[in-house]
Amino acid sequence: MDWLNAIVQGCLLGGLYALFAAGLSLIFGVMRLVNIAHGDLIVLAAYLGLTVTGALGLHPLMSLLIVIPAMALIGYVLQRGILNRTIGDDLLAPLLVTFGLSVILQNGLLEVFSADPQKMNAGALETASIPVGGITLGVLPVLMFLTAVGVIAGLQWMFYHTALGRAFRATSDNQAIAQLMGLNRAHVFGLAMALALAVTGIAGVFLGIRTSFDPSIGGGRLIFGFEAVIIGGLGNLWGTLLGGIILGVSQAVGAQINPGWQLLAGHIAFLVLLAVRPKGLFPRMDG
Amino acid sequence: MSASRYRIVQSSAASRVAATLGLIVLAALVLAPYWAGRSDLRLLGEILLYLSLASLWNLLAGYAGLVSVGQQAFVGLGGYALFGLTIFGGLNPIVAVLAAGVIGGLVAMPVAALIFRLRGAYFAIGTWVMAEVFRLVAAQVSALGGGSGTSLPTAVVQSIADGRDAREATSYWLALAMAVLVLAVIYAVLRSRKGLALTAIRDNELAARSLGIDIWRTKFTIYVIVGALTAAVGALIFLQKLRISPDAAFSVNDWTAFVIFIVVIGGIGTVEGPIIGVIVFFLLRETLADLGTTYLIILGTFAIGVMLLAPKGLWGMVRARSDIQLFALRRKVVAKLKD
Repeated sequence: MDWLNAIVQGCLLGGLYALFAAGLSLIFGVMRLVNIAHGDLIVLAAYLGLTVTGALGLHPLMSLLIVIPAMALIGYVLQRGILNRTIGDDLLAPLLVTFGLSVILQNGLLEVFSADPQKMNAGALETASIPVGGITLGVLPVLMFLTAVGVIAGLQWMFYHTALGRAFRATSDNQAIAQLMGLNRAHVFGLAMALALAVTGIAGVFLGIRTSFDPSIGGGRLIFGFEAVIIGGLGNLWGTLLGGIILGVSQAVGAQINPGWQLLAGHIAFLVLLAVRPKGLFPRMDG
Repeated sequence: MSASRYRIVQSSAASRVAATLGLIVLAALVLAPYWAGRSDLRLLGEILLYLSLASLWNLLAGYAGLVSVGQQAFVGLGGYALFGLTIFGGLNPIVAVLAAGVIGGLVAMPVAALIFRLRGAYFAIGTWVMAEVFRLVAAQVSALGGGSGTSLPTAVVQSIADGRDAREATSYWLALAMAVLVLAVIYAVLRSRKGLALTAIRDNELAARSLGIDIWRTKFTIYVIVGALTAAVGALIFLQKLRISPDAAFSVNDWTAFVIFIVVIGGIGTVEGPIIGVIVFFLLRETLADLGTTYLIILGTFAIGVMLLAPKGLWGMVRARSDIQLFALRRKVVAKLKD
């Protein structure tokens, strides 16, 4: 029963990892940009949530009403102001600029909020649970997982059924021709980053409710998200969800064997899959 | 138009002057333990080790196009190899530094085989995953202190040299020797056939492949050389610190972020760049270090500014104006005038 429990809890944790990864997958799909600061932006969203709940006395989940638009705005400004200048054939520029951003964000957060771990208090939601069969499911993990499924379904629908999605796909296929067809590339990229960071906002608030966080943990979250994207296959959002689940289950099973092996088990699962299926399980595009 | 009327030269007046000046600076650095105070000597040693790390990362990213953000894997591996080999293997620390380099090279081979499957930016994060794996494994080694780390035993420290001054001088000379070795290896690699292939890959990978260059093998060789030397540098870093812990040994900020900033600010893809970058980096650090985290924010902003406004770095700006080259690496075809 312990093992079944570990696997189920791992699946639910995978939802959070998929939320970390969805934004990363989206911006890679649209503009081939890999954002090293992605994890630090998740942490930034958690701190935004903390500040909003503290200042307005809101429930952490209600803080999403402010955090999501705020992160989207940050995303648009960041893309139009800085990141658009780095987009091109050269891989180095976006990588190094987002690396710089990561260091700035980390130390900025350290300056404002100090290195003390923080946590958002979601009251009764944190401990509420539903017994299913012989195991107990926490309401919060279930909510996180369902949110992840909802977000990915929403992104998928947006990608294939809306004008914005068409613009994203067109720019992804061929930037120059999309430009000729009257799309403003800079604006489309801005919107993609805004959307990606809106998702990051959700991920950050859930992260802040689930565990304590401090300014230094961004790198680790980036890596989880990245692993989920690669395991699932580049450009495949449902694959990313599956990647998150595989990662979550590996960690939970690893922790079940030895508490010190939790993170290591996740990374090893990733490396094994990389060795066996270098393009991920369900790739839709080439790296 | 017979071939004999032309010859290829690599040196220039500037490179010959630079070589002479370089030898004078080197002589002054060799004598540093006799003219510098203890804290200055430590700072110089640290500068030299950062110069080595930056030059190696530059060879990897600037020439072979392998943008790694996980070189802390090798720094930490070297450090842990030094501690393991001296404490359990009873090796002399200086021998252990060399052995750490060998271990680094051997480990780099399977690592490369695996992460070379990732392209471009995903390769970068893949290297970081590798470094995390190394860190987590190191934290599991309870014989070396697990997550909290361990110190180098007094007996091992004393076996470096007798007395604190002699020890600090030895440690400094090792750092200097390492920096010279690293620059010499890079210079030799770049002047060789492999270097020509590397420059071709840097400029245009597709064109290089169509000329028959085995890209995978060239990159693999560079990755392994850089892995070996980075591990040796890592061993020296922790020989100076005398204490190791997983978080310090595999720190992405200390061993990768700073190193990347140094190379970018100085000028990526040139041998001169990291030298300029390391000087600027330490000037900034020594003047702004009191600001704490603000200093790192300024550094990050400065690096982003350089990347956006002058992507070839400070040395690139110099070269755009004067076309000068301090290391004789470029090949020029010159007509023989006499015959």
